[in-house]
Amino acid sequence: MVSAGSGSLEAARLPLAQPDESPYDDRIVKLFLWATVIWGVVGMLVGVIIALQLAWWPANLALPWTSFGRLRPLHTNAVIFAFGGNICFTAIYYSLQRLLKTRMWSDALSRIHFWGWQSIIVAAAITLPLGLTQSKEYAELIWPIDLAITVVWVVFAANFFGTIAIRKVNHLYVAIWFYMSFVITIAVLHIVNSLAIPATLTRSYPVYAGLTDALVQWWYGHNAVGFFLTTPFLGLMYYFLPRVAERPVYSYRLSIIHFWALIFLYIWAGPHHLLYSALPDWAQTLGMVFSIVLLAPSWGGMLNGLLTLRGAWDRVRTDPVLKFYVVAVSFYGMSTFEGPMMSLRAVNSLSHYTNWTIGHVHSGALGWVGMISFGTLYWLVPRLWNRPLAYPSWPTLHFWLATVGIVLYTVSMWAAGLTEGLMWRALDDTGQLKYPNFVAIVDQLHPFYWLRLVGGTMYLVGAVMMLWNFLRTVRAPVVEAPPAAVPAAA
Amino acid sequence: MADAGKDKGHRWLEGKGAWFAIVTTVAIAIGGLVEIVPMFTVSAGPELLAGVTPYTPLEVAGRDIYIREGCYTCHSQMVRPTRAEELRYGPWTRAGEYAYDHPFLLGSRRIGPDLQRVGGKYPDAWHYEHMRDPRSTSPGSIMPSYPWLLEQRLDSADVTASVRALRISGVPYSEAEVTGAAASMRRQGQEIAAGLAPAGLHTAADREIVAIIAYLQRLGRDGKAAVAASSALTTTAGG
Repeated sequence: MVSAGSGSLEAARLPLAQPDESPYDDRIVKLFLWATVIWGVVGMLVGVIIALQLAWWPANLALPWTSFGRLRPLHTNAVIFAFGGNICFTAIYYSLQRLLKTRMWSDALSRIHFWGWQSIIVAAAITLPLGLTQSKEYAELIWPIDLAITVVWVVFAANFFGTIAIRKVNHLYVAIWFYMSFVITIAVLHIVNSLAIPATLTRSYPVYAGLTDALVQWWYGHNAVGFFLTTPFLGLMYYFLPRVAERPVYSYRLSIIHFWALIFLYIWAGPHHLLYSALPDWAQTLGMVFSIVLLAPSWGGMLNGLLTLRGAWDRVRTDPVLKFYVVAVSFYGMSTFEGPMMSLRAVNSLSHYTNWTIGHVHSGALGWVGMISFGTLYWLVPRLWNRPLAYPSWPTLHFWLATVGIVLYTVSMWAAGLTEGLMWRALDDTGQLKYPNFVAIVDQLHPFYWLRLVGGTMYLVGAVMMLWNFLRTVRAPVVEAPPAAVPAAA
Repeated sequence: MADAGKDKGHRWLEGKGAWFAIVTTVAIAIGGLVEIVPMFTVSAGPELLAGVTPYTPLEVAGRDIYIREGCYTCHSQMVRPTRAEELRYGPWTRAGEYAYDHPFLLGSRRIGPDLQRVGGKYPDAWHYEHMRDPRSTSPGSIMPSYPWLLEQRLDSADVTASVRALRISGVPYSEAEVTGAAASMRRQGQEIAAGLAPAGLHTAADREIVAIIAYLQRLGRDGKAAVAASSALTTTAGG
């Protein structure tokens, strides 16, 4: 993606940047970084389109491949596995080599991982609008793609553990523990949840039936959030936040407790997606109790992140990377408080099936995953390409667009969720439904759907600005020394 | 001090990549094993509801269309045990109603209403019109139109493959039901098409709309009947 011209210029002036002589493989980091930014914009754009479809149904276009039911899985898969996955890989390939003071075990496996993963994303982008799906949320992809995911994941795992095996430092830093739980758990979740009997090349049926299938799916679905959108990002936080803040992690002891408590407890919480369903009560109760206990390690991690910034708070005012990080960790704290609260049966009976869940997911996705990713990308690009950003003031603008966008998004979805939840259950004086016509309740949600569209669009615009900034940055001339940090906004 | 000793133990683990991976695997395996393994022993036998039978081939084809169009992204199939839900939708859903659901389709969102008790609620003609233009039957609806369901044809080889795969997954179809799937689908399709004609809706029996109607009309009916039968029994026993 870097033009040959600038590559040779780099080689002439900065011999260390030459891939063959550098101790680390940063080309793979750059590849994953571009994939992150490009798929991020695509995934968020699809999100904005389906948000428009809920506000204004003619946007479904009366075509099979553009209707909401087919595009919603495309949105979730794109933002989770394409944007989220690629930023995790970007961060892991960058930090693992540096933490272990060794190049990746195999450059070939790194490439197979990269191109394999991108091919899977392209296959998803083709099959999902065609209606080829297994219907399990975040596990929709058809069985041949599931097999490809398994192979690519094994390649990644082999390279990951191979690199650990050839490491030049004995000690495994806390970030690597979190990466490791990501590599192992996603493999287990993906294989168990995807077991199915193929009927045709594009269709299969799970080996599990009914509520067993539901429990396996939500064990998978909840832990996809836990081990795809939480633990690798916590690893990222433990590596990048101290580096950006130039402060050591607040507490080593807390990081040990945080890690083990989080990965042990998280796995149990899946059944909170099935409260008040016909799932056996004991399973529902286990899911609820463990969800509430999960608050403790989650907040332990948040505090470990925020307290790492002690003594560096003045820099938050000027450094956009730290701005993104502070908001990200704060949203992590907020959504990991909201989640356990929504796992209480009484709250869940109101919130379940409503837009409140959508608001909750996006406070985690846009607030935590998105913001920590943006911050990391803005920190990495000037370092990987040895030059300042083309538009140094844009990250701060992006930060404010995204932050205000998230607030509009979550507040509108909370309001919409409460509105529909309360109207569904409202009874009149005679004990009959106060709003028996479902569409009359849907009517009430239109203002919230429009407001959410505005918030989501602001978030998308910020991401597009980032993409444009990076495209212009890599074409700018190289500077002698890497910049110390992203320059502050004027 | 004990704490210092604990840290020392963990320091040791932090130098051992393989051991770290093993302990991590054990830590993440326990919760899943405890919750999922009992489901295979608990829910398979005793919770089967009498009267709940597997989907017909045409209903399987309809269910495949329901999955293809992502209907589950907006509609749940789970009536919760609360008064408001029972008033709006009907009797709350029992576990055994899902015995033959591969995959489960409980859904996670109600952008539209729950569909677990939609079977028998409206005539076939209502569903036909609703799929063609949701606003013709439900003014103000934000549901997309599905005009292509009226045009696209069902594939009889496809439905045979589906029923065969479902049989391997554990649905108790006989070999005769697998080999006769295409004929069964045709027969049931002709019945539905014939039932639509008096309403002035003329469709061939092999169109997808026929299958989605068959599936929607089947939804929750066995369960509702089983619940009615068991509450009748309870009333009799109590009286």
